[in-house]
Amino acid sequence: MAEINEIIKPENLVYAKSKVLTDNVMSYCPGCTHGVVHKLIAEVIEEMDIQEKTIGVCPVGCSVLAYNFLDIDWQQAAHGRAPAVATAVARLKPEKIVFAYQGDGDLASIGTAEIIHACNRGENMVVIFINNGIYGMTGGQMAPTTLEGMPTSTSPYGRDIKMTGHPLRITELIAQLPGTNFVTRQAAHTPASVRKCKKAIRKAFDNVAAKKGTSFIEVVSTCSSGWKLSPVKSNEWMVEHMFPFYKLGDLKDE
Amino acid sequence: MAKVKGAIKVDDEKCKGCSLCVVACPQKVISLAKEVNGKGYNYAYMANPDECTGCTNCAMVCPDSVITVYRLKSQVEA
Repeated sequence: MAEINEIIKPENLVYAKSKVLTDNVMSYCPGCTHGVVHKLIAEVIEEMDIQEKTIGVCPVGCSVLAYNFLDIDWQQAAHGRAPAVATAVARLKPEKIVFAYQGDGDLASIGTAEIIHACNRGENMVVIFINNGIYGMTGGQMAPTTLEGMPTSTSPYGRDIKMTGHPLRITELIAQLPGTNFVTRQAAHTPASVRKCKKAIRKAFDNVAAKKGTSFIEVVSTCSSGWKLSPVKSNEWMVEHMFPFYKLGDLKDE
Repeated sequence: MAKVKGAIKVDDEKCKGCSLCVVACPQKVISLAKEVNGKGYNYAYMANPDECTGCTNCAMVCPDSVITVYRLKSQVEA
């Protein structure tokens, strides 16, 4: 043990929690992807030294309390309306870096109109879209992004596409809009994918700093509580079932 | 070739025991403790500290950012 204490010294530090993250304990379930994405946003903000001029717009959903975890300015929006509020912030304060943070129940369902039109207008902002195919906060109900046959609390026998329609690939829709500049789909389940996701977030923030229009990042995520699996099993389930339908990679990069 | 030596420090009280770091560690250094913290979670700890290289993979995937990583600078042994 004496040897470990030799290593744990300030001069040997290689990785510590970002200073942009607050000391509050995250309210998310164990293994939630929200925590990883919050951390990546915090690291990007710290690297770019834009903590004083970043404004986030948080959604309704599990990440509604995001303002407790990142030490930047925040605005709370009504359910699904984060891109509309972010539009106002970005237009009134063009010198600020604005981002909207939304889940799939928020962005792909009640907020479909807002996100499509904000991206079509090409508002100068980053949109981060956490897609776990479920309404996590309210008890795991079916969302528009729920996969065919995927059991949820409101589709216990699996989603029936004849009755409830097909799962919605919103990122493919967004990529067609001329206002968007950078549209990508990432994941954050392995160290490699976390690094790639961070690069994408950095690029999106750089684009907004350069006033290039809307950058849209989907992060395919897990909901271990809603999926009724352990965090590790959730990641395996995501790789097996979510990735074939929600294919990772850049859809648009101009 | 001298082996790179590292160590991690886990904030026991904030760890939720999701074990994502356990599967992310390429050296199989981390395990969940038998003891629980104040919230009742089996927190992560270095079960096999000699193998740690300080690669930061565990800290990258940690959703609660409770892992701090240290690495010894490479030294020439006399």
